[in-house]
Amino acid sequence: MAASLKDATAIVGIGQTPFAKRLPESEKTLACRAVLAALDDAGIAPSEVDAFASYTMEETDEVEIAKAIGAGDVTFFSKVGYGGGGSCATVAHLAAAVATGQASVGVAWRSRKRGSGPRPWKNTAVQLPTPAQWTRPFGLLRPADEIAMLARRYMHEYGATRDHLFNVALACRNRANQNPAAIMYERPLTREMYMTARWISEPLCLFDNCLETDGALACVIVSAERARDCRRKAVYVHSVAQGLPSQHHGMVNYWNDDPLSGPAWTAARHLWKQADFGPEDVDVAQIYDAFTPLIPLSLEGYGFCGRGEGGAFTEGGALEIGGQLPINTGGGGLSEAYVHGFNLINEGVKQLRGTSTAQVPDASTCLVTAGEGVPTSALLLRS
Amino acid sequence: MARSDTDTLLSPVIDDDGAPFWEYASRGELRIQACARPDCGALRFPPRPCCPHCQSFDSEWRRMSGRGRIWSYVLPHPPLLPAYAELAPYNAILVELADAPHIRLAGNLVSGPNAPLNSIPSERLRIGAKVQVVFAYVGGVAVPRWVLERL
Repeated sequence: MAASLKDATAIVGIGQTPFAKRLPESEKTLACRAVLAALDDAGIAPSEVDAFASYTMEETDEVEIAKAIGAGDVTFFSKVGYGGGGSCATVAHLAAAVATGQASVGVAWRSRKRGSGPRPWKNTAVQLPTPAQWTRPFGLLRPADEIAMLARRYMHEYGATRDHLFNVALACRNRANQNPAAIMYERPLTREMYMTARWISEPLCLFDNCLETDGALACVIVSAERARDCRRKAVYVHSVAQGLPSQHHGMVNYWNDDPLSGPAWTAARHLWKQADFGPEDVDVAQIYDAFTPLIPLSLEGYGFCGRGEGGAFTEGGALEIGGQLPINTGGGGLSEAYVHGFNLINEGVKQLRGTSTAQVPDASTCLVTAGEGVPTSALLLRS
Repeated sequence: MARSDTDTLLSPVIDDDGAPFWEYASRGELRIQACARPDCGALRFPPRPCCPHCQSFDSEWRRMSGRGRIWSYVLPHPPLLPAYAELAPYNAILVELADAPHIRLAGNLVSGPNAPLNSIPSERLRIGAKVQVVFAYVGGVAVPRWVLERL
């Protein structure tokens, strides 16, 4: 029997920069600030860091970060692909490295000036990988267009409505309105605003799309044993999973029998198989929300409801504090900050420490997910 | 086929696996890659080096009827690349092929082969509508477009 990752490691430090449409400092400087803040939060010296993990889309690299913060000899470093699908996998890779003795102090980070920097889809010189020839010439230019295609089919097949998508946008906005660090802290959302907003790609409107944010975040992972001596309450990494389903095609998942059951289903099967608890025991969830339709799809994929029931699940305030499954309690990518989902990881840690600005009373279990609709990853955290 | 105002749109960035598709398109033929092993013959899209069912590297390109149904569609609005923003809102559709329902080609519903991407009023788009392939030239490359089977 192979060694288990279950509760073998813990997140003991989190750090973040301010979030804004435009920050003056470089991505590298922001990354260093977030990493050092996370280490300070943990009470661990930078010289003890011996592992790094980030996204392939991250533009600051281990060499630069390690030498800037004064890391020691680094013995594990890893980058995970597929944009926001890699968020939770950064923690997963570090957990595996620490649990198997490859390293002892791991730092995961994401720094991105997506608010003031370029929109990736505008770069026509660097075409997207292989599938682009089958979609881009026809005007499916942006991730919003690609997901809107699945969203319309989902609404058609299962009777999901724009009101269901509004429920998602509203829950995130309401939590952001409680979070002074959130971009949308002082900006309430109404149904009227949502229903009359400009379209981005019908059936998705402005408020179905995440923010465009400058900012950086980081977290620190150590063994469960070491975690007991850290400054903060340990948040254990209970279960981790990545998911690349058979015959999956990334965000343009149009060429298989069932385009509406994506990587979340694959990651979920592995995640729950290794866990001591199930979806019904999750106190709070941080679900990747680059676009509102990813929430109903993820609710189905991770087993909170049946196939086609994700829209209806959002009714009656289910996603709000006090509801069946409070989600994205810092405001998420839709209303706190869009930093490829790393803020969802840190918010999960805050909930289990009891320090969220929208605290779920006595939360002891949290699901964090990465981007659905691309090869993905997920974490179950517990206190 | 006449060149048209669609020349300013993106043309496909063709890779080795996809090249035959575009070559056939330039002859006005819609062909999909299939396994050439006699006891397999599975269709696959997007094209790739070997068959995911039997792992054979032998492939052929099977001609499709060019008929299909709209599986889903979107209406993009700005911000978009300039050539597309000029046409917005236009439609982008996914067509489920009558000959292979799990293969859904992205394209555009137009009023005729060289009509612009916004030539069909958006209220005429409907999931399930029957469509037929036509071909238009974009930047010198023939690309599939779709017209309603019943106008």
